[in-house]
Amino acid sequence: MGNFMDNMGIVFALLGAALAVILSGMGSAYGVGVAGQAAAGVVTEDPSKFAKVLILQLLPGTQGIYGLLVAFIALSKMGLLGGGVQEMDAATGLLYLAACLPIAIVGLVSARYQGRTSVASIGIVAKKPEQFGKAMLFPAMVETYAILALLVSILAVSAL
Amino acid sequence: MSYVDYTYAVARIRAMEMTLFSSATIEQLMAMKTYENCLQFLMERGWGDNDTPMNAEAILAKENEKTWKTIRELLKDDQQVLEVFTYQKLFHNLKSAIKESITSDSHGNIYFDDCAIDGKEMARIVREREFEALPEFMREVAKEAYETFLHTRDGQLCDIIVDQATLRAIYEAGKNASDPIIKDYAESTVAVANIKIAVRSQKTAKSLEFMKRAMAPCDSLSIDRLMMTALSGVDAICEYLAGTSYAEGAEALKESPSAFERWCDNQLMETIKPQKYNPFSVGPLVAYVLARQNEIKTVRIILTGKLNDLPEEQIRERIREMYV
Repeated sequence: MGNFMDNMGIVFALLGAALAVILSGMGSAYGVGVAGQAAAGVVTEDPSKFAKVLILQLLPGTQGIYGLLVAFIALSKMGLLGGGVQEMDAATGLLYLAACLPIAIVGLVSARYQGRTSVASIGIVAKKPEQFGKAMLFPAMVETYAILALLVSILAVSAL
Repeated sequence: MSYVDYTYAVARIRAMEMTLFSSATIEQLMAMKTYENCLQFLMERGWGDNDTPMNAEAILAKENEKTWKTIRELLKDDQQVLEVFTYQKLFHNLKSAIKESITSDSHGNIYFDDCAIDGKEMARIVREREFEALPEFMREVAKEAYETFLHTRDGQLCDIIVDQATLRAIYEAGKNASDPIIKDYAESTVAVANIKIAVRSQKTAKSLEFMKRAMAPCDSLSIDRLMMTALSGVDAICEYLAGTSYAEGAEALKESPSAFERWCDNQLMETIKPQKYNPFSVGPLVAYVLARQNEIKTVRIILTGKLNDLPEEQIRERIREMYV
């Protein structure tokens, strides 16, 4: 059993990297998807608003990129990118997993909420396109928490 | 459907709300000198289409048709949301069919066709007394109204029986609906109808029995108290309303009959206004349909006023509040 657990280190570490990409990617896909529906609704009636609603649609997409970034750093630290996989005990593997969790979970939740806020802001652009700057700020506020989680994940993975 | 399934539709509605008439646009229409200028103004704003003749009825009918077409397209498989809004037309068809079949008079087209049972079908059902073909909530009342009219030839009695059933059906649909907007619509429609019945019954000195047959119960008003106040006079009605959420109705009632009628319609606009800030759910779609109907009604009032050279104050008194 002890021997088995010793070999599990890299599995846990890889699981962490995978979760960072999977969960934040799921959140972003939902957010960009729902905002895209709203954007399509506005463009159906008024194609001139395409550029503005596109920017609002893309805002929830950043969480997926953050997840990818953390996963890249983790994979490179594990040596999976260079070809030489490091020996890793279970405790270290679990540390990688824990380090990836902030961006994985916060990425999932914040992207969903950011998507819904983007939908509401697309409503502002539909009626008052001149208020685009203000409309963009509301979904951007949600981004704060994704960035905080990204920061902690990067610091933790780098410190390992 | 889950509430996010309407995201595309609501965003499209938001963009379409831009073309709804605001109070300022209505002012511009009011400022037009003649009926013809008004029609020109509407055509310039995209009302009607190239094939629509230059007359009010054709233009307004076209606009109504456009609204329903868009909403049906947006709702796709979820059309039953709209059903409650066609109940009034459906029950109107029933009333018309009963009277037409018993009196065998013909008065041109007296039916609405844009509801579950169109005029032709309704006339056939009533003529053959095949009431089972009607939706369940209409069967009993259809029989009762038919028998009553056949034996008494009392058109008003037949009307109130059917009208009360309409209110009950709307209220029932509201109670069973999962969307808050349908609940709010039902509550507001039934309560306002009850207030209207009380006011008119008071003015025409109707009996308690009559009001009992006409009013339908609702949560926001006690119809028993409303009936009692209607028996004692218009001041009593105002006093009672002042203590309910329909206090403004009391003010309007004191002002003038047309102010009161306007308040009744505005009440519905007040009910749906929060939907302007709702980015999800079917609410904004329903609100758009009602807002369009209100807009078309207001334009009809102005056009009729202009056509008949009514003084501006009289038209203005009848102008409804706008959604946007």
